[in-house]
Amino acid sequence: MKPILRAARALWVIVAALLASPVLAHEPIVLSDAANQELRLAAPPKRIVSLLPSLTESVCELGECARLVATDRYSNWPESVQALPKAGGLEDVQVEQIVRAQPDIVLLIHAPRVLDRLRSLGIVTFEFEAQTYSDIARNISILGVMLAVPERAKNLNAQIEQSTTAVTAEARGRLAGRAPLVYYEVDDGPYGAGPESFIGQELTRLGARNILTPDLGPFPKLNPEYVVRANPDVILVSPTEAPHLANRPGWSEIRAVREHRICSFPPDVRDTAVRPGPRIATGLQALADCLIRVAP
Amino acid sequence: MSTSRLFAARDLHSRAERDSSAGVTRWMLIYIVVALLLAAMSLLVGTSSLRTSLEWLRTPAALSDAVLWEIRLPRALGAWLAGALLGLGGAIAQNLFRNPLAEPYLLGSASGAALGVTVCLMAADVSLSGLAWMGELGVTGAAFVGAAAGIALTLTLSRGVLQTASLLLAGVVVAFLLSAITSLLLLRSPDTWRAMQSFLLGTTGLLGWQSVGLLAVVLAICLVPAVLLSRGLDALTLGEDTARSLGLPIGGLRVALLALLSLATAAAVSQAGIVGFVGLVAPHLVRESVHVNSRQLIVAAPLCGGVLLQAADLISRWIIRPSELPVGIVTACLGGSYLVVLLWRRAQRE
Repeated sequence: MKPILRAARALWVIVAALLASPVLAHEPIVLSDAANQELRLAAPPKRIVSLLPSLTESVCELGECARLVATDRYSNWPESVQALPKAGGLEDVQVEQIVRAQPDIVLLIHAPRVLDRLRSLGIVTFEFEAQTYSDIARNISILGVMLAVPERAKNLNAQIEQSTTAVTAEARGRLAGRAPLVYYEVDDGPYGAGPESFIGQELTRLGARNILTPDLGPFPKLNPEYVVRANPDVILVSPTEAPHLANRPGWSEIRAVREHRICSFPPDVRDTAVRPGPRIATGLQALADCLIRVAP
Repeated sequence: MSTSRLFAARDLHSRAERDSSAGVTRWMLIYIVVALLLAAMSLLVGTSSLRTSLEWLRTPAALSDAVLWEIRLPRALGAWLAGALLGLGGAIAQNLFRNPLAEPYLLGSASGAALGVTVCLMAADVSLSGLAWMGELGVTGAAFVGAAAGIALTLTLSRGVLQTASLLLAGVVVAFLLSAITSLLLLRSPDTWRAMQSFLLGTTGLLGWQSVGLLAVVLAICLVPAVLLSRGLDALTLGEDTARSLGLPIGGLRVALLALLSLATAAAVSQAGIVGFVGLVAPHLVRESVHVNSRQLIVAAPLCGGVLLQAADLISRWIIRPSELPVGIVTACLGGSYLVVLLWRRAQRE
């Protein structure tokens, strides 16, 4: 009797596994991407190329890091992806590297030339939008469906929502009504981050006021005079620039510079703050810590 | 020829010279007046509308405001000085090489200067916008080395200066080569890429008193010897043999003028980035409006170049305020259209 029981149990496990797998279930995965292109997959992709750090991070946070076979050069987290083949960036993608990786799908954002080239080579692509806070949850949900881990996606989204809400609430509490006027400098062009940019949205969320107006676009090149006249309370800037702000003409008059209300982040921390991905709470926390520390 | 006719001819000649020098003086005055007007406008034009700016200027607080004295004024002066240096560089280059298309940008010296700046900034791991005095000098020195090397390379490639076509070709090749090396270096540090990109497109946004001081000193250092050497330059425009027959030390003269050209380019590039066409167009505009000799050109071209860059700076920060355009794009648009008109007119004439 015993061997039969054992065989029956084994058979049941196999049948259950087959039933659970979409292959046998004959339930194709149907998704619509940011460009309204419909994607039909018979099964979850096993080999994935991600061309955006936030998508790479999302795939890994969903526990599917092992499916990644190549990434763009900027994807550097989690550590395991650093060893993967790097296929350049969206502006100079290495098509050959991608073809060699034999992906079932390539994840990317809008990049017409890359998309056309990959499609013409018969490679399946999926276009995301990754610019705003709401994009994070949507992208994770899409990836959840695509990788057949919708529950995990739901949990991850809930967890992200919970931690960002907690960080925001705590920060607003500790800021206690202070609404510092901030300037986030992307680089010393000077290019600033407007309220519509992802980092701008985060700062607004924390209760800061941006010196830039939405009509300037996400990352405008500014007349430096604009910053001096706006007289921000806090400046967030790269570590290389931070010590030299007072040397810029007229900038020593800015409150943030005069009173040393300046924050700068090492690259790995900055990554968490500027990438609309699953580590947003960490980035938000860094921004919050800065504001709490230096805001007047 | 009778003596009286000879005298009459000489009289005519000197009268023509007097007329032309009166014309030059008039044009120089015009350039200076325009520069002053533009400087006044620079004080008005900021990040808000003209009316708001005017209202703000009428308040007593404005007169003691850093925006006016620490930003707008040095920016206007700095743009003028950088333009003047480029105009001077263009005037020297065009006469020295007897080539109407010679200018710092086309001779590879601007690209060389940019490469020098890039190497210097990367080696010291600093950025251009916040340099102290010593840093500023170091960057200018590096730019000078780069500019001189760029010109030397161009001259070696073209085997001298006589063939217009080969000189220009060599200049373009060297400019491309040096820019490619700059891009290659920048690719290695993606963090500084965009900031350096705005430098490579020309930027007047961060010119402060420190830059003004440096540019003014370099302009003085370049202008005085250039004027003194202008007679030699005149002789050179007549051809090497003529110059040699006049007993001029051609080799030394050339080296001195090339050094001045490199220094002028280096200072302008290190402070304002790569600003094309000003050096090319300024001497042309002067020659279009009045007949000049080398010495007059060397004084008038900087005045004209200064006005050009000042105007470009005004446009760059006015047109999409409070954002701004890279000033090099504005000069390229203006200078490019001017060249198109020039070529079209020439085609019409022929």
